[in-house]
Amino acid sequence: MTSPVWVPRKRRGAEFFLTVLAVLIGIAAYASVGLGVEGRIPADTYKLGGALIVLAVATHLIVRRVAPYADPVLLPLVICLNGLGLAMIYRLDLGRQQIDPDRAAFANSQLVWTAVGIVAFAAILIIVRDHRRLQTLTYTFGAAAIALLILPLLPGIGQTINGARIWVVVLGFSFQPGEAAKVCLAIFFAGYLVVKRDALALAGRRVMGIDLPRGRDLGPILACWLVSVGILVLQRDLGSSLLFFGLFVVMLYVATERAGWIVVGGVLFAAGAYFGYAAFGHVRVRFEAWLDPFADPDRNGQVINGLFGLAHGGILGQGLGQGSPQLTPYSFSDFIAASMGEELGLTGLMAILVIYALIVERGLRIALTCRDAFGKLLAAGLAFSFALQVFVVVGGVTRLIPLTGLTTPFMAQGGSSVVMNWAIIGLLLRISDQTRRPAPEVSTFASDEETQVVKIS
Amino acid sequence: MNRPIRNIAVACLALFMLLLLNANYVQFVQADELNSKNGNKRVINEQFSRDRGSILVDGKAVAESVKVKDEYKYQRLYPEKDLYAPLTGYFSYIYGRSGIESSENDVLSGSDDRLFVNRVVDLISNKQPKGGSVELTIDPLAQKAAAEGLERLGDDTKGAVAAIDPRTGAVLAMVSQPSYNPNRLASHDFDEVQKAWKELTTDPDKPMDNRAAQQILPPGSTFKLITAAAALENGVVTDIDDKVKAGTTLKFPGYGYTLPNENGGNCGGNTITLERAMNVSCNVAFGGLALKIGQDKLAEQAAKFGFGTDPIDKLPASASRFTAPDTKLEPPQLGQSGIGQYDVAATPLQMAMVAAGIANDGDVMKPYVVDTVRAPNLRVLDKPEPKLLSEAVSSTTARKLRDMMVSTVTSGTATSAQIPGVEVGAKTGTAQSTKDRPPYAWFVSYAKDGDNEVAVAVLVESSDTARSEIAGGRLAGPIAKSVMEAVIGK
Repeated sequence: MTSPVWVPRKRRGAEFFLTVLAVLIGIAAYASVGLGVEGRIPADTYKLGGALIVLAVATHLIVRRVAPYADPVLLPLVICLNGLGLAMIYRLDLGRQQIDPDRAAFANSQLVWTAVGIVAFAAILIIVRDHRRLQTLTYTFGAAAIALLILPLLPGIGQTINGARIWVVVLGFSFQPGEAAKVCLAIFFAGYLVVKRDALALAGRRVMGIDLPRGRDLGPILACWLVSVGILVLQRDLGSSLLFFGLFVVMLYVATERAGWIVVGGVLFAAGAYFGYAAFGHVRVRFEAWLDPFADPDRNGQVINGLFGLAHGGILGQGLGQGSPQLTPYSFSDFIAASMGEELGLTGLMAILVIYALIVERGLRIALTCRDAFGKLLAAGLAFSFALQVFVVVGGVTRLIPLTGLTTPFMAQGGSSVVMNWAIIGLLLRISDQTRRPAPEVSTFASDEETQVVKIS
Repeated sequence: MNRPIRNIAVACLALFMLLLLNANYVQFVQADELNSKNGNKRVINEQFSRDRGSILVDGKAVAESVKVKDEYKYQRLYPEKDLYAPLTGYFSYIYGRSGIESSENDVLSGSDDRLFVNRVVDLISNKQPKGGSVELTIDPLAQKAAAEGLERLGDDTKGAVAAIDPRTGAVLAMVSQPSYNPNRLASHDFDEVQKAWKELTTDPDKPMDNRAAQQILPPGSTFKLITAAAALENGVVTDIDDKVKAGTTLKFPGYGYTLPNENGGNCGGNTITLERAMNVSCNVAFGGLALKIGQDKLAEQAAKFGFGTDPIDKLPASASRFTAPDTKLEPPQLGQSGIGQYDVAATPLQMAMVAAGIANDGDVMKPYVVDTVRAPNLRVLDKPEPKLLSEAVSSTTARKLRDMMVSTVTSGTATSAQIPGVEVGAKTGTAQSTKDRPPYAWFVSYAKDGDNEVAVAVLVESSDTARSEIAGGRLAGPIAKSVMEAVIGK
């Protein structure tokens, strides 16, 4: 007799239902943008809405086919955010072009990038049938991360945009390799820490109450991280260096189960922040803009405008297409959270934050239920970096913390960000499919039974 | 590894809680403060895009918002261009607001607390909030008559007219020349607005000042009404037939200065009646009276007519002055002050209040310009009651002053204001300022005809008229007359 094996339900139907809701939210957002800005449902609704339906159905079918046991909530949440982001970018295109008809429109290219992102998402699910195979490529990913980070520094293809040298332009397409480096680094950290976690946790000397690991265990990962952050500091990318640091510390903590790493990380972060404040003018400017933006309204115009937008939105918001988010510089990328807060109000912004929180907690749940250490670490790292990214960018825009340049996942205009975040969701769904999939039927079980038919009467 | 992952889940939750709390702080707690910050274009845009209420005169809009097809949706329009500009003020995207547009902004923009219910209804029915309307006390015929009267003196005329209803204080006309076209400042073509603003603010004639309420100038002989009032009230003379000292000059023993009459005459004798002194505007007589009354009593009388206080709400205005505070006047200065010279300075509105107080049996009413304030649904939100400013003189004194003003019109310097069959009283003034500029022509008058009453003050600061021709009666009198005719319907 087979013992009853608990088989998780696939719940693809639930996912489909939620996906329909998410797509409806996106299409409704388009329609109300048109109504708000132009007083009619825009012709683009059918085009953009149709594209959204096609993309959502495609993702759903791919998941149903190649990852049937994957978490059913993540995908609809992401589609909802992506749809809202597209609608807001479209809205801001209209708003900015009202001021100056020659301004570039971003909605269409963002839609193309979304499609590319979904291709990347599908590719990961289809090619990586088992996430544990990524572990064999640990050092390859480590090297790739460094290589990607160096790319923008290379003359010819690297470009400085808005003071940060984090862009690569090839054949007219600009891309931020740092986004891809983040994922590569997470895989490298996970692969390395799985192997070394016991050594890191147990072997070593005790100095002042803290167990320090041996240099040869910590060395490679420390070196890799230092190089990454060093490059980012060179590129003046504050947000990403903070993100990579957080990722590193947290994955070390999860792997070793030693809270001391968080303490060490916190102290190092404080020291680093102070050093940055003392050494770099642009860090100081950010700090001052955070403490008192109104002391220098000309310089801190963007932060002030973002706050004005949020206040203007109030509790219920101005309504899509009826506020003035286009007044804020970079309202379509860095400050899209402020744009959402202005037009959807506190209510809408809180709903969006809850969606982000749900994505993070779903990711961490995947980490919890994952049976292998590599998957656990990778899922935890990806989920945490996602949370940290949302916190840093939304906190920066709403003046909870100093502003650092990071993208708002799935909503901000920017190809690299959308593509890599879809890739991250692909990885999470892959791990969750592995986790929830019932263990393969062990055929030897039956034959064992047969050999044991000796009945003792 | 599950324990650290659980801890991280809690930590992430804490991060998101912080974001949510902060969003509440910014969008709810701090919102009002942020919305009222300077340079908040969103709030300016929003006010600019609202269906702002109208400013009405006799039911017709003199400032209204009309729908347009641009991003601001509504354009502020002033159909009468510069005629009502001193009252309405302007409503500009770049330069803010002035006049009634500014003082009644809460009602006009619809953000007044009394319109809260309307706003909630608008919110629920998803309508744009509408502003309430403000009806002015102005009589359009009087306003037009005043403006046309000043215009008739030539393009370069600078001057002002203020007319009030003596019984209530309601302002019936308020004209300032030169004026400006507020449409230029309300335009949505901001380059044009900036150009207009530069022109208007650098114009030496200050077209954006409301000369009728803001500019104080020596009132000259029209101030003799106050000197006469003080003399009668304080028993310096008991009746208008009492003799007062006249002659060609007033001497101040111990001072090298003598006060002459306007045209060097002797006012018709060395002693004349008070009425005669008023009719011919005898400087020697009123200078002498001022010395007898004394500075304190004279200042007190001026204050009772409203000198030294901001005369009107809702509009920018200047207080008139009898003398600088804490100044002890030397006799020659006091003598000059008694005839509205030296440091005495008044607005046309203030002088209209003097005439109104005399016409209203001595009671000066507080001038007001906003008649009714209505919600968008025409419900009356506010209708100010006439307010007594002060009892300036007794009704007996007022009667005596009126008699003198009437005889000044029938047989004195103010004959230009005669209206057949109507009681008209007036006092002229030709005030000196500095030697190198022409004198100011003043005319202060009232008319009573049955149920109609009006008090008018006209100031012609400068015009194309030759210097020798300038006299209050000749220049300003006909303007006052046409305004009075407009009000009493003759």
